[in-house]
Amino acid sequence: MKKLESSLLNMTLVLTGVAVVMGGILAFVNHLTEGPIAQQKEKTLADGIKTVMVCNDLAVANTDEVKQTVDGKEHTFIIYQVKDAQGKDLGAAVQSTTMGFGGDLKVLVGFNPEGAILGYTLLEHAETPGLGAKADQWFQKGQKGDIIGKSPAEPLTVSKDGGQVDAITASTITSRAFLKAVNNAYNAYKATPAADAQTGASEQVKKE
Amino acid sequence: MNAIQIIKNGIVKENPTFVLMLGMCPTLATTTSAMNGMSMGLATMVVLICTNFVISCLKSITPDKVRIPVFIVVIAAFVTILQLVIKAFLPDIDAALGLFIPLIVVNCVILGRAEAFAAKNSPIASLFDGIGIGLGFTLGLTLLGICRELLGSGSVFGFVLLPETYNILLFVLPPGAFIMLGFLIAIVNKIRG
Repeated sequence: MKKLESSLLNMTLVLTGVAVVMGGILAFVNHLTEGPIAQQKEKTLADGIKTVMVCNDLAVANTDEVKQTVDGKEHTFIIYQVKDAQGKDLGAAVQSTTMGFGGDLKVLVGFNPEGAILGYTLLEHAETPGLGAKADQWFQKGQKGDIIGKSPAEPLTVSKDGGQVDAITASTITSRAFLKAVNNAYNAYKATPAADAQTGASEQVKKE
Repeated sequence: MNAIQIIKNGIVKENPTFVLMLGMCPTLATTTSAMNGMSMGLATMVVLICTNFVISCLKSITPDKVRIPVFIVVIAAFVTILQLVIKAFLPDIDAALGLFIPLIVVNCVILGRAEAFAAKNSPIASLFDGIGIGLGFTLGLTLLGICRELLGSGSVFGFVLLPETYNILLFVLPPGAFIMLGFLIAIVNKIRG
């Protein structure tokens, strides 16, 4: 079949037509997948809270958004105060974001009421697959960079910077970013009153 | 050419990784493990099949001077669709490859096949070319992923085969990708004669 001549009118019409049709298809697919993607995110968060608190039977008592300035940049932390089925205070899961090697590194860290780390999980990251992406396993219990049970009252640092935590092999930047996220999460958690003092917590947010 | 010949052509004679040497960026970047390589290959194959078919359907109404913009619009649309679908229904693959999926847009295998095959052949033949080249690409990435994972992490598809003392970290790092790819291309070319 003969090709359409490359006149200005033809070119404009075809390119606009293709762009409009493709845009329409994209809008349709976006509409279809919006729900499942939001659900997927919620499920990841709910599962994440259970994982980092090392407890299956829990309820989020109170959710706080705390803004803190770290190194001249404002960071937003989301603190999920968690209680077990009997209403006992289990501590909190804190969502903290830092800049990783490939983009934002969003970590969820669980603390017991004393401030020791119960567990952690990566909610979102753009680290190199096979290298920095190993952070999801590396710092878990029994692994090389085990941070479980430690308390970041004294900030955690990698051994290269004089700390006690082994960095991920060939991924020092990711390791630093990860530990920074954990340390920031701890500070945000410590700066927030316990779940019982709900009014106090909301005042805190206003003040910041 | 019939369908079987077109598919065989994509896997052996014009294998994108070992013969055409197209799409080297994702080939080197994502093959740190066999699973990552295979997922990337399959994702590329899905996009390639769709774009080859659509571009071939559009070829008679596409003026020559704007063919590249038209191709890229089609390719970008399909990659975004794939990305949304993966995010919605395959969260594990999204976690492993999230960063690399949008980069399929600029994968030269896809634009290369659109130019070299889909713009000159019938939609059905282009569909089979997409399958063939896609399989060839997946095969190449999986093979490279297996070799790098075995030497670098001592495992294949996550199954540990070698004790950790024998791991050569270099092969998981970028230089290892170049070295391994060089050896594989040499071996494949020797076998092909």
